[in-house]
Amino acid sequence: MTIAPPSDQLAVGAPERRRPARRTGRAPGRTPIGYVFVSLYAILALAFGIFPALYAVFLAFTNADGGFAGLGNFVQVVTDFRFWPAVLHVVAYLVIWLLALLIFVVLLALVVHALRVRWASTSLRFIYYLPGALAGASSVLLWLFVLDPIASPVSGLLRLFGFTSFVQVIQPGNLPVVFAIIAFWTGAGGWIVIMYGALNNISTEVMEAARIDGANAVQIALQIQLPLLRKWIAYMGVMSLAAGTQLFVEPQLLSQASNGVVPNDYSLNQLAYLYAFQQNDFNGAAAISLLLLVVALLLSWVFVSRGGLFEKE
Amino acid sequence: MTALTGERRSSQLGMSIRGWSGRGIAGVVLVVFVLFFAIPIIWLLIAVTKSSKGLILDNPFALGSWSEFAANWQQLFGFQDGAVTTWIGNSALYSIGALVLTLVVSIPAGYSLALTEFRLRRALLVLTLVVMLIPSTALVLPIFLELNTVGLIGTPLSVILPMSFFPFGVYLTYIYFSTSIPRDLLSAARIDGCTEIQVFTRVALPLATPVVALVAFFSFVQNWNNFFLPFVMLPSSDGYPIQVGLTSLLSATPAFNPSSAGSDSVQLPTLALATVVSILPVLIVFLFSQRFLVSGMTAGGTKE
Repeated sequence: MTIAPPSDQLAVGAPERRRPARRTGRAPGRTPIGYVFVSLYAILALAFGIFPALYAVFLAFTNADGGFAGLGNFVQVVTDFRFWPAVLHVVAYLVIWLLALLIFVVLLALVVHALRVRWASTSLRFIYYLPGALAGASSVLLWLFVLDPIASPVSGLLRLFGFTSFVQVIQPGNLPVVFAIIAFWTGAGGWIVIMYGALNNISTEVMEAARIDGANAVQIALQIQLPLLRKWIAYMGVMSLAAGTQLFVEPQLLSQASNGVVPNDYSLNQLAYLYAFQQNDFNGAAAISLLLLVVALLLSWVFVSRGGLFEKE
Repeated sequence: MTALTGERRSSQLGMSIRGWSGRGIAGVVLVVFVLFFAIPIIWLLIAVTKSSKGLILDNPFALGSWSEFAANWQQLFGFQDGAVTTWIGNSALYSIGALVLTLVVSIPAGYSLALTEFRLRRALLVLTLVVMLIPSTALVLPIFLELNTVGLIGTPLSVILPMSFFPFGVYLTYIYFSTSIPRDLLSAARIDGCTEIQVFTRVALPLATPVVALVAFFSFVQNWNNFFLPFVMLPSSDGYPIQVGLTSLLSATPAFNPSSAGSDSVQLPTLALATVVSILPVLIVFLFSQRFLVSGMTAGGTKE
């Protein structure tokens, strides 16, 4: 119903060519009422979408007195000794997390989908999906416990890896993996459910034809299901990439919980936050926000214009 | 679907031994991930019934006692003279306030994007798609700077209003109306003399219950779990939602923050209880909506 319709089209290969015909049927709706219905949303979109973005642009190119600063703010933040380490941290985290998502989400969705015992498939999806209820600070707190060898339910496993104290677990080199695990734990289940839905949308004729031709489960997965999932995988990748650049709550809480073993300028968003609230440098904060926003916008734009997953007519 | 399973079974029978070992590997993968996803939650639910000593010394999966749970409960809700109660109240106010606004704003907007014509319709649709894919945190600092100039910082509106701008909800509604509502039905209502507003309230809206529930679900979960926005907008502890309040509890936990040992300190099981309390509403929503959500997401596939 929701995510299914676009994938339905991509699976069956029915192009949007059907759409223009539908457009003519819209004539009766050609009244000013459209404006009324959409007005509140348009106001919010202006106030909390377009205007803040423009304001950030303005601030990023001006100095504290409102005078034009050119690229001054950008030069300042990029040459800040904390900037490139933060970029590296975020990139390392993203690489690990995205790889884990791409491999395990697709694998688990395929395997769960191939199960023929209905209750097993349903309950597995439920178990995978449930951690999604713990987002943000709650999931980080939970993982603080899990990663602390003193209280952890998997302390044996931690000791096996040679960790005997919390401080050892959260050494800077381990953090990208730690954050990737937390993010994967909360987010993967939702994507598994979505991929499962997309797999259900693959037309039964195609699957049956392949089976009759003698393809086994692995061949079907690799040659039919994976190519048809491609757009959903791309969707997951882009959304996760964009979200991952925003890393904030995980290092923020870990920094607090570790007495500064994890620095409070670990990620780019934290750095922007420090600029705004510790240095009172809103222009510098806007410059970092703008850099992050441009990355998110680019990703989103490429996906909307090239991805073809979303109907925008 | 039944014919399909029959087909599958017969072809699976002919599978080679390689298929069996493949199945074994698949089974192991499934079980490993079940443990990975489930153990932390199960452990957390058990941890709240223990004393801080028991949490460290006892078997991680051994149940504690009711009295320990009560003690943890008392410590949590006694923290800073009942701050936790205030935070939960704030969370409810922000999430439900934004949820109601989101519905009032998004449902008509999705309807008009799908079924009416107006200038800039396409532009608004593209904007919706683009902003929907931007992580909501990307605009938080710019929105802070904006609201700072109009003096809204620290008020409930500073979180409720930005959370009410929910392009994903508009997109869901748009997709629903443009695929699931027969246009002829609306035309028929118009011929029968319905005004445009009546077409929406009497015909389209009653048919849109599933998508209203879906938007409400996503909006509520996202609002309740939102951390960065309230963290930035609400500087005073009185205004924290529970997600931000957790940070106060964390900094009062000597186990993670030795400098905080004092009269108002928080023990580990109490912190675990705080985590459970902070997710309880969302967890309940998840438990009840899973069937609905999954069937909603897969509806297109079973329709055929």
